[in-house]
Amino acid sequence: MRLHDDEDAGIFTRRALILGGLGALSFSALAARLYKLQILQSDRYRGLSEDNQFNFRLLVPSRGKILDRYGKVLADNRDNYRLLLNPDQVGDLDALLDTLAGIIPLSQDRRDKIKKAIAKRRPFSSVTLAEQLSWNDFAAVNLHLPDMPGVRPDIGELREYPYKEVLAHLVGYVGKVPEGMQSDDPLLQYPGFRIGRSGVEKSSDAVLRGKAGALKVEVNALGRVIRELPDPATAAQAGQDLALTLDVDIQRYAASRLEGQSAAVCALDVRNGDVLALASVPSFDPNLFARGIPEKTYKALLNNDHKPLFNKAIGGVYSPASCFKPVVAMAALHHGVTDGRERVRCTGKIKLGDREFHCWNRRGHGPVNMLGAIGVSCDIYFYEMARRLGIEKIHDNARLFGFGDRFDLGLGGARRGLVPNAAWKRARFELPWSQGETLITGIGQGFISATPLQLAVMTARMATGRKVTPRLLQGEPQEDFAPLDYNEGQFGAVRAGMIAVCETSWGTAHRLGGLGIKGVQMAGKSGTGQVRRISKQERDTRVLKNHELPWKMRDHALFVAYAPAVQPRYAVSVIVEHGGGGSSVAAPPARDILRALVEKERSSLAASASAPARGVL
Amino acid sequence: MTDFPVSHLGRVIPLRAKVARIHWLLVLLLCLAAMTGVAVLYSIADGSWTPRAAQHAMRFGFTLLLMLTLALVDIRIWMALAYPVYGAALILLIGVDVFGVTSMGAQRWIDLGPLRLQPSEVMKLALVLALARYFHSFGVLSRIQLKHLIVPLMMIAAPMALILRQPDLGTAVLVGATGMAMVFLAGLSWRTIGIGALSAVLGGTAFLIFGLHDYQRARIETFLHPERDPMGSGYHILQSKIALGSGGLTGKGFMAGSQSHLNFLPEKQTDFIFTALGEEFGFVGTLSILVLFGAILAIGLLIAGRARHTFGRMAAAGFCVTFGLYVLVNISMVIGLIPVVGVPLPLISYGGTVMLTVMTGFALVMNVHIHRDAELPSAEGYLF
Repeated sequence: MRLHDDEDAGIFTRRALILGGLGALSFSALAARLYKLQILQSDRYRGLSEDNQFNFRLLVPSRGKILDRYGKVLADNRDNYRLLLNPDQVGDLDALLDTLAGIIPLSQDRRDKIKKAIAKRRPFSSVTLAEQLSWNDFAAVNLHLPDMPGVRPDIGELREYPYKEVLAHLVGYVGKVPEGMQSDDPLLQYPGFRIGRSGVEKSSDAVLRGKAGALKVEVNALGRVIRELPDPATAAQAGQDLALTLDVDIQRYAASRLEGQSAAVCALDVRNGDVLALASVPSFDPNLFARGIPEKTYKALLNNDHKPLFNKAIGGVYSPASCFKPVVAMAALHHGVTDGRERVRCTGKIKLGDREFHCWNRRGHGPVNMLGAIGVSCDIYFYEMARRLGIEKIHDNARLFGFGDRFDLGLGGARRGLVPNAAWKRARFELPWSQGETLITGIGQGFISATPLQLAVMTARMATGRKVTPRLLQGEPQEDFAPLDYNEGQFGAVRAGMIAVCETSWGTAHRLGGLGIKGVQMAGKSGTGQVRRISKQERDTRVLKNHELPWKMRDHALFVAYAPAVQPRYAVSVIVEHGGGGSSVAAPPARDILRALVEKERSSLAASASAPARGVL
Repeated sequence: MTDFPVSHLGRVIPLRAKVARIHWLLVLLLCLAAMTGVAVLYSIADGSWTPRAAQHAMRFGFTLLLMLTLALVDIRIWMALAYPVYGAALILLIGVDVFGVTSMGAQRWIDLGPLRLQPSEVMKLALVLALARYFHSFGVLSRIQLKHLIVPLMMIAAPMALILRQPDLGTAVLVGATGMAMVFLAGLSWRTIGIGALSAVLGGTAFLIFGLHDYQRARIETFLHPERDPMGSGYHILQSKIALGSGGLTGKGFMAGSQSHLNFLPEKQTDFIFTALGEEFGFVGTLSILVLFGAILAIGLLIAGRARHTFGRMAAAGFCVTFGLYVLVNISMVIGLIPVVGVPLPLISYGGTVMLTVMTGFALVMNVHIHRDAELPSAEGYLF
């Protein structure tokens, strides 16, 4: 018995030793593993731990405002009451959305979008539940917050365009960051961040956007901020305000004056090239884009044949038509092909080879000199001048007046138009230039095309004799414009013709009755741009009147003008697509805008003069 | 009950003599371990005795008194109770299967009003007692043959199967491994062990393939590829490793563990308390814990080796195996050596049931130590 017991004890001792050894071995393995983890790989895990512990929260800068020349706010920021959701803190998403739907309206569509956003988000990041809530809804949600873990109320910024349609093409709008946009700016990754997508908002985005700040925060595993660490936080740098040269009152008036048309207008300060108004109608509400435009509304805008999304003032190219005649007149004087007093006989048509060229007045104007030819817009006179000049000289002079230049106002979408010559035609069509094409270029038809902005620039240059260049952004000082290479006598002759257009009983725009301000004259030139070809047969029977044609076939109505006629201040160009005759359709709004400009200047002068008696009369 | 005369080689040992035999070093080491637990729980609660640190200390104090009391009880009473306790635990396990409370996807508790009973915990000790009594009754262990193992293997397999059904893989493995270790200690021949090991590997593989619950399979998948799904189930292991690794040599300092304080660490009061400790006290801290547990185990095995009777040897060693496996499985789990199976770190993790089990186990060890040279009748072949 004792023997067995000893034997048993021996076996037990050996086995216990084996087991103990195994245990010791296991513990050593644990120690070795801990050594590897805590000593050898410690640096790596320390880094991961800090990644866990600290987050950099982006501080979003306030976007710069856009102002007009008098400081009126064209693009503003207002509070955007919104709800963010941290999905990691949510148990039952559907239950949460049900609760939320009991407080604020929440469509099924919106719910689907939220679920999609949660599926796509980066780990630990939040998604937007709802935004642009009314204060009442926002307050109601805040009240019920304890019932909705994971929901975080937040006040962001929303861009607002108080002038809506009036400035859509100029100021533009902000929108979501396009997918795949490459940038180092961390702001672009920020949920719900919006950048300029069109207009000044886009071209000056870098100035307006500002710089992101950073806040180092300690977070727990649920992403909830435990505390903010002041160091090394950097404050966000707000975007800079941006002042335009625009006068929003004039802009609004110009747009309203053309309401219902498909039209564009441009008004310049001829002394410094400031764009005072640049409107394209119809337009659209940029607030729609800033907040996410409904698909249907967007489609309707796209399919509208008046092209509301398109900025016609800088992107629409039109035949300058008779508005081009003053340039041809300047060329004729400059190159000495006429002295201005010489009369050209207008019989209503002119023959060139076997082709006939017609005057708009089929009965003819009789003998006309330059003054009369500009005043009545005689086509025959300018056919003759163009024939004498040849296309190259017309081309060179047109270029001097700004045709064919892309004036970059920082808007994007500015077109260059076209000033044709022989070399261009050869390159484009591999055909020689024909004289007939020279003739129709002489009256601003054919290949030549220009934007409303270019027409306004031409008018400003005609009015001042200087190389006026337009600008939309204030700030950079405009150097004095160089004088154009003509003499004052030549300008005087052509300007006299343009004054005759408006201020004589026989001028094409005599029905305007002038500017309508006592003692102030205006100068202008009408144009009627043909958009269809009039066949010989139609010409032989009867040329159809505009109102007999479908809208798309009607003539474009153009008018350019400046005022005052002496010491000019303002230049305006108006184009009404398919509007009909320039002098009857485009001239009245152009005159009204000019008058508004001159009146505004006078009233502000009077106001400043009446305060301190300066004794200047 | 305080004065329980025991006949020892015909003599009556006075209570004072028993008290003198208490292994005070073991008591001291247990206190050290429990106080470590209190300190970590105090830290995790951001320096607060509530809700857990004070509770933990009180539980330990209570179970320490219980342990000392039970250690003084006559060892023959322990022996006499071995089979009844085992039987009761088995019935309770069946009861869990029928009436149990479901918690965290597993049925583990019986709800008895204020008391929530976890029969699998009771079974850990009951099996040790029952196997010790069985091998003691068998008498001459050196003559043991394969056929004599049918009964103990059944004794092991029955509770294992019931615990697996709950399902609680961790405890099942713990119970099974303890039982097998006791069979090994009993003196099974190496040849038999070889056959047994082979069949165990085959059976185990089959079980892994066909017998696992989805959540258990997910845990093993995650364990094998933790980086594949860092935000999902692999999260626990990854965060635990980050916490331990970032602790470095000396740790981030008491109450300064960012991982545990910012809730990146899962189950930090229970299963992952070792991680919290490792983050704040570093390699120095974790190594100290290993040494502390190693010392406790060494003392336990020494006590087993010094016992003059099979029951004492087997019981003390059996519990040491259970305790050692607890530590081994828990630490391996939190440092990513094995899948997360939900085994706490004894004495340190917060939890009343485990504390009670472990301290009762040490009561058994201490009891063996006090009664190491008691004369216990072994009825050779009694059961057959």
